[in-house]
Amino acid sequence: MENVIKVGMADLAAAGHPGILTTLGLGSCVGIALYDSTSKIIGLAHVMLPSSLQAKNNSNIAKFADTAIVKLVDDMMKMGARRDHIVAKLAGGAQMFSFNQTSDMMKIGLRNAISAKEKLVELKIPIIAEDTGGNYGRTIELYSNDGRLVIKTIGHGIKQI
Amino acid sequence: MALSIDDLNNLQLDVLREIGNIGAGNAATALAKMLNKKVDMDVPKVKILEFKDVNDILGGADIEVIGILLSVTGDLTGNIMFILELKAARVLVNILMGMPPEDATPFSDIELSALKEIGNILSGSYLSALSMLTNLNIMPSIPDIAIDMAGAILSVPAIEFGKVGDTVLYIETEFQEGSTKVVGDFFLVPDVESYDTLLKALGVIL
Repeated sequence: MENVIKVGMADLAAAGHPGILTTLGLGSCVGIALYDSTSKIIGLAHVMLPSSLQAKNNSNIAKFADTAIVKLVDDMMKMGARRDHIVAKLAGGAQMFSFNQTSDMMKIGLRNAISAKEKLVELKIPIIAEDTGGNYGRTIELYSNDGRLVIKTIGHGIKQI
Repeated sequence: MALSIDDLNNLQLDVLREIGNIGAGNAATALAKMLNKKVDMDVPKVKILEFKDVNDILGGADIEVIGILLSVTGDLTGNIMFILELKAARVLVNILMGMPPEDATPFSDIELSALKEIGNILSGSYLSALSMLTNLNIMPSIPDIAIDMAGAILSVPAIEFGKVGDTVLYIETEFQEGSTKVVGDFFLVPDVESYDTLLKALGVIL
């Protein structure tokens, strides 16, 4: 495949056309995929925690949903994307273990997804599709030519949003 | 003060390595009893990785692995997770259940339950080593199991580590039964407040 950039855990990247951004094995983490259809610039963040405000050590801005989105939008705009053209798709935020308890650790996937949505709403970036929740991992690929997000799983099929 | 893995000094790492050693030793003995076979073990490796490298731990983020998670309560609170490759898990289950070694069908309910028990016994023997060394009261919960992509399973302990730092600490253990090698990784993830308790009990807080 051409121009595939891998985005790791607590990492983010932006790319122009023709580029593909991928992140492997999203569990409770959330993948935030941004796309500007006019300039065909894409951005992908793999965030681990909902909010930088709740963490003592928040120097790694790609780790948190709130700070990663701001940075990603910024990076895309530097490459020529227009803020009011950017749309978002979300994937991940699963609960990998089903422990019958309401602990913090178990709900982290859900909280990651909620926090990402709140930040996107705040920035007035429309969320046009999402595939979040469940109890399984996801590998995602974001394509710059049409902004499609391909989601691969083990035992839960492949889909495109 | 919340301590992060990033701040641990060499002495503290040595102590964690030693816990890993004793814990995995106990685990190997438990495994040998369970399988009724001689089980050898390599010296466990304590590893510290940045998040971006976490996905390479078991040979790639999208290979299928088994994670067995127990939560821990008592003087020390947190979680312990044991991860092994699906292939390795199959080998263990085949030995345990008296199946032919080449059997590779999806796990049945009873086999999954056997795997939980393996995770339970391995994590339990690891925790009892920790409890003995520290004199802390540590009680594991019943195990929970997930089979999925390595990256997705690893995100569970990684997120917990992420609350205090930017690295993950784990202990890689290699068991050997006959000519079969089984690599498993232990992630001991104390809650933020429990790091101090743990290091104090080990006498290495500075």
